[in-house]
Formats: sequence, C-alpha cells, structure tokens
Amino acid sequence: MGDSQYSFSLTTFSPSGKLVQIEHALMAVGSGQTSLGIKAANGVVIATEKKLPSILVDETSVRKIQLLTEDIGVVYSGMGPDSRVLVRKSRKQAQQYFRLYKEKIPVTQLVRETATVMQEFTQSGGVRPFGVSLLVAGYDDVDGPQLYQVDPSGSYFSWKASAMGKNVSNAKTFLEKRYTDDMELEDAIHTAILTLKEGFEGQISGKNIEIGVIDSEKKFRYQFGFDYSTKTLQFHIA
Amino acid sequence: MSIFEYNGSAIVAMVGKNCFAIASDRRLGVQLQTVATDFQRIYKIHDKLYIGLAGLATDAQTLHQRLVFRHNLYQLREERNMKPETFASLVSAVLYEKRFGPYFCQPVIAGLGEKDEPFICTMDSIGANENANVIGIELAKDFVVGGTASESLYGACESMYKPNMEPDELFETISQALLASVDRDCLSGWGGHVIVVTPTEVTERKLKGRMD
Repeated sequence: MGDSQYSFSLTTFSPSGKLVQIEHALMAVGSGQTSLGIKAANGVVIATEKKLPSILVDETSVRKIQLLTEDIGVVYSGMGPDSRVLVRKSRKQAQQYFRLYKEKIPVTQLVRETATVMQEFTQSGGVRPFGVSLLVAGYDDVDGPQLYQVDPSGSYFSWKASAMGKNVSNAKTFLEKRYTDDMELEDAIHTAILTLKEGFEGQISGKNIEIGVIDSEKKFRYQFGFDYSTKTLQFHIA
Repeated sequence: MSIFEYNGSAIVAMVGKNCFAIASDRRLGVQLQTVATDFQRIYKIHDKLYIGLAGLATDAQTLHQRLVFRHNLYQLREERNMKPETFASLVSAVLYEKRFGPYFCQPVIAGLGEKDEPFICTMDSIGANENANVIGIELAKDFVVGGTASESLYGACESMYKPNMEPDELFETISQALLASVDRDCLSGWGGHVIVVTPTEVTERKLKGRMD
C-alpha cells in the first residue's frame, strides 16, 4: 500500500495532501447505518435505520437518537460507542453554557463545541479520530430550525437536508428530488421515512427505524417503535 | 472602615417607559481626600447595555476590563450582543470565581433587552443577586442603587420614583435623586453623570451639584 508509511500517524500529511487516518474514519462512517435529516419550514426531523445484529436483541434497549439538551437532538452514523463519548461531552458543554449565562445554548454554539472536540481528536496524542458523523437537529430563538452535520475531521455544515452512512449518495439524490424550501414538518417526516425506505434491506417497520422531531414548541421528541403501520405519523409520546 | 468605602461612590439606575437611566457621582477620593472630580464609574458594554461599578475603584477598572474581554469574545463567537439578563449572569459568574478574594465592587447593570424592554439589576461583590430567586436573577421592577450613598439613594428614589416615566421626566427624577443623595454622603458627590437610553437614542449629560 502506497500510503502505508503515512497510515498510522494522525498528524502526518501524505504526499497527496491527505491525512489518511481521517479518511479511514470517514470510511467507518460511510459503512455505518444510514441516518438522515430534513429541515422544514417549522421544524427539523432526523431519522436513522436501526439494524440489529440478531433478532434476539431487545430492540427497545437500543437508542440511536439522543438528546443533547431538551431542544437539541442528535443521531450518528458509524461507531456507536464513539458517539456516546461525543454525546457526553456535548451535554456537558451545553450545561456549562447554561450555568454561565442562564440561557439555553444556541444550536450553532453547541455544534461548534462538539466539532472542536472532534478536531482535537485528529491532532492529539494517544487518541484516534472519532468513527462517527453526527446530525444535530435543534430549534432556537436565534436562528429558528437548524440541521448540522459534524464529521470526524471536525468540519461542520448546516444543511437543508442531508444523509450519511451506507447509501449516502442514493439518499442524497432522493432528498434533492423531494426537498422544497417551504416544506412543512409533516411532509418532511414523511419524506424522511420514504428516503430511509429507498435503501432499506428488508421491510421497514416501527421497530427498525428511529425518528426524532423538533418543532417550534422547542421540545425535541424522539422515540423508537412508533406506529408506522397506521401511517398516521403520530408519535406516541407521553 | 470598609474597603468598599475607600474611594466613595454613588450609583443608581431607574426604569422608565421603554427606557432606562443610569447615573453616578464623579468623585474619586482616598478616604476623605478628593483625588479626582471627573471619575467614570459607568461603563458602556454595548449601545443598549451599561454597567456601573461602585466600590474600590482599582477593582472596578480591572473588573470592567475583564467584562469587556468576555463580552468581546462572546460577540465574536455568537455574532450578536449580549442580552442584559445574560450579561448579568456572566457578571455574577465572573465575580463568584473570586469567591474567597473578591473584587470589592458592587455592580449595577442596566440595559434594554431584545424587544427594548428595560432591565436593571444589582448584586453584591461575590455575584449574589440582590433579589434572587432560585435561578439567580430576578428583575428589579423600578430602581437599583449602589455605593457609599446607597442608603440615601434608597430614600430619595423611594420618594421620587414613579412608574412608566418618559425619558425627559426620568432624567429629571434620577438627577434629583442622585444630587439629593450625594449631599448627604461625605464620600461621594462632585456633580453627576447621567445616561438615559431609549430604543433610538442615548443621552449623556454631566451634572453640576455642590462642588465641594
């Protein structure tokens, strides 16, 4: 392998100008389960497929969408354990912000802090880059509904709609066709499910996908096992 | 004598109708000896946010520098000005960092919020808000005072203040309250400095009082 002498150091550029370990981290994301997000006019939806290694696994114990604050949710593609480290650090950052300013952290700020952590892990000693990309969905007073993607390199982007993991290109093409600027949240949820369905191996059900939604109420709602069969898209949330 | 009374000070802030005023005396003394008669105790944070720092002048200046530093970083990071409530919380946190060796200052904060609603508050030298609730910050509805003349300021403000004053009347009221109060305090005085802030303009005036 031509790159081999550059394959292990995180911080040594290969002659072609790449950092090989970061490329590998992106590969880990690219082979992870598909996640996607859509920003609508009045809210944001994020969704992911939840393939379990065996039917014997209790699917209620697996949660891929998590809260960072009550109004910011996150989903990952890639390595689950790595995502938990980021979720823990991001939650702490959000609470530190609140403790200092007595004000909820804006989505942009939390995303920047999370991206900073990911960048540090591309340059620090004794660590490796995170094997995950994150989709962060939030709604705040400063900028309204927002959808961000954060990559292992620490770069982040604001998207109208995005996908990551296996089938990215198919999912993104599908989203490009379906997305409109004036899309309402209900449409976006529907589109999110359809997009997941496109690349899904097997029958999609409430048990093998997860959906999270934030609207102008500013409470991130998420759950697994919603009643997909009725197609009401209603959430069974207490 | 308390170190809070070393230099002498009088600061007051009042809320009017969609506006606020903040005023201070202009004396800097070393105990009973007057050193300067044009001292600034009110600092601008941004166009609609001011902080007056009563107490030890040297600490007031250092504290002000640190607050400007923190606000500048906030502005660059978030591309917006701080809300007065947010700033008050920051001041409280900065002060409490020095819980066991505090800045000998009592801050008086006054500002207009996002919808131009006036906000005033004060806290002690370790950042405890004067009428704090569980979250820490509670709006004072009418006026707040600070400094060596604070007791006489309470009296003057309680008798002169009316709710919902227009900017002109608010200026008159806060000026009279300040001048009346500093005459009853040996350590503050030598005229005053009044700032009236409305959503559209800032009026800054220097007052002459008993210049002795």
